[in-house]
Amino acid sequence: MKHSAWLWTAALAAYAFLYVPLAIVVLFSFNDSELNASWVRFTTRWYAKLLGDPDMLQAAANSLLIAIASSTIATILGTMAGIALHRWRPRLLPFLVLTPVSMPEILLGVSLLLFFRQVLDLTLGLFSILAAHVTFSIGFVAIIVRARLAGMDEEIFAAARDLGATPWRTFRRVTLPLILPGIVAGFLMSFTLSIDDFVITFFVAGVGVTTLPLQIYSMIKVAVTPEVNAVSTLLMALTLTLIALAARFAPDTLRRSP
Amino acid sequence: MALLEIRNVTRRFGDLSAVLGVSLAIEAGEFFTLLGPSGCGKTTILRMIAGFDAPDEGELFLDGRPLAGIPPEQRPVHTVFQNYALFPHLTVAGNIAFPLEMAGFARDDIRRRTGEALELVHLEDKGGAYPHALSGGQKQRVALARGLVNKPRLLLLDEPLGALDAKLRERMQGELIALQREVGITFVFVTHAQQEALALSHRIAVMNAGRVEQLDVPEVLYSTPKNRFVADFIGSINLIEGEVTAASRHELQLVAPGLGTIAAPAHAPVAPGTRGALALRPEHLRIAAPEARAGLKNHFTGTVAEYLFLGDVTVYKVRLDNGLLIEALATNAGSGKAYFHEIGDRVSIEWRHDAGIFLDR
Repeated sequence: MKHSAWLWTAALAAYAFLYVPLAIVVLFSFNDSELNASWVRFTTRWYAKLLGDPDMLQAAANSLLIAIASSTIATILGTMAGIALHRWRPRLLPFLVLTPVSMPEILLGVSLLLFFRQVLDLTLGLFSILAAHVTFSIGFVAIIVRARLAGMDEEIFAAARDLGATPWRTFRRVTLPLILPGIVAGFLMSFTLSIDDFVITFFVAGVGVTTLPLQIYSMIKVAVTPEVNAVSTLLMALTLTLIALAARFAPDTLRRSP
Repeated sequence: MALLEIRNVTRRFGDLSAVLGVSLAIEAGEFFTLLGPSGCGKTTILRMIAGFDAPDEGELFLDGRPLAGIPPEQRPVHTVFQNYALFPHLTVAGNIAFPLEMAGFARDDIRRRTGEALELVHLEDKGGAYPHALSGGQKQRVALARGLVNKPRLLLLDEPLGALDAKLRERMQGELIALQREVGITFVFVTHAQQEALALSHRIAVMNAGRVEQLDVPEVLYSTPKNRFVADFIGSINLIEGEVTAASRHELQLVAPGLGTIAAPAHAPVAPGTRGALALRPEHLRIAAPEARAGLKNHFTGTVAEYLFLGDVTVYKVRLDNGLLIEALATNAGSGKAYFHEIGDRVSIEWRHDAGIFLDR
């Protein structure tokens, strides 16, 4: 009993450490005061102000566009990579696909910047951000899809061929439906990573294009305004929803299965 | 013309020869079994028939046409896999409909045939269930229905009863025989369980180390095995080593060290001086107290070393006076006590002069 009480205290402290700051951001986004100091009264005016801010809306639109496009592309490429890694079980290749997942973001950001500018001589902007996001998302999709395939009985694919399905129809009718939850989870993960990303985007965004995290960063250079709290709250809500959805579709990859 | 002909097929994996010069002809309507220990090449042959593997040498013909180069999906051959390999995302009906859909049957046709197949395996009420909700026996039946539904020329069964418990396995054996008789489709069955093979098959090819040791109907394999491997692999066997001292057309005389002269039947011409073993089934041996001997031609004495009471029969392991341990089987049809000889009892072991078979290989 004593042991368990201690554990509970430790756990609560840890969770408090993680979530109290987030809760304060949410709370003050509804606070009718310019200062993040004391609670005055409930308001939604910071949200209204957000919607009237053209820079903010542009940044949100950019973020959504990049997130949708990059996660779609990363999902297609990552799924193919996951299937290939499972089927041919190469030795070195998995590390190469998965490295961007564990690489420090700052390193990836710097190297992508150098690559885009020095090697490709690309004008930085939407396209470079998109390419960077695809790069770090592919690995996640590949991991999830491969994990999904690894839990499957190989014989069912042989059975499909045996029962008259061509390789393509075997993929369409058996493989794809079975890995679909993994693909959806991978897509949602990529989307979350993309919409939240600051570090890599910071390096490859160039001057003209801003995403939501970059916009927030530029706003808090002055002060943490209630408007920042409001946009952070919205971003948090979106991220949490996507993670919850991802966990629902691929429980085996994101949490212990029951 | 045979339905399936395997002509001189060899398949190697690196240095290992999985199949070595096998030739077989399987007739239409047959329940044909490939029997052998694991690694004997039986599954490799099955995979080559299904199209998942190809021979290094030799050819396979189905209805006289060579199978080389034809992918699995284009062969009129279906497989019942060892672990059933049901599609987990499809219902029972969806699983059974799969081959029909792949073959391009019309919607109504698919529904009707799926219904018939469900009926065939007594799963009419399980059409909407998913595989994970089925018992082992039910999964087995779905796999059979799925394999049979669009009437393949051949149904391959890869140890399909291996995953079932003993009682259920026995029942599924009966169902398999009935099913094969009902649909008339040729079955090629792969197993390492000799009793299963004997119970189910019209013909059995006994395989060992990539070769067919003997191919015949179960009764012949059991009563006149060609060599020690077949004799030992099918059923229980006692091998009494000896040398032939006299041979006529029907009878042999051999001398076993420490036992003396034994009379045995001659199934094939054997020259005196040939060394080999007399193979005797446990049920050919009569075990009795020394004073209750029946007066059969071959008789020796020994001591009961061990016995296994199996209910209907008791298997005695008797150490003969020359040290040889042999197995004798006694039925427990008598009333009262089910077994009659205790460990350490002196007993007489006797058998008829025409029992067993002399094996020189």
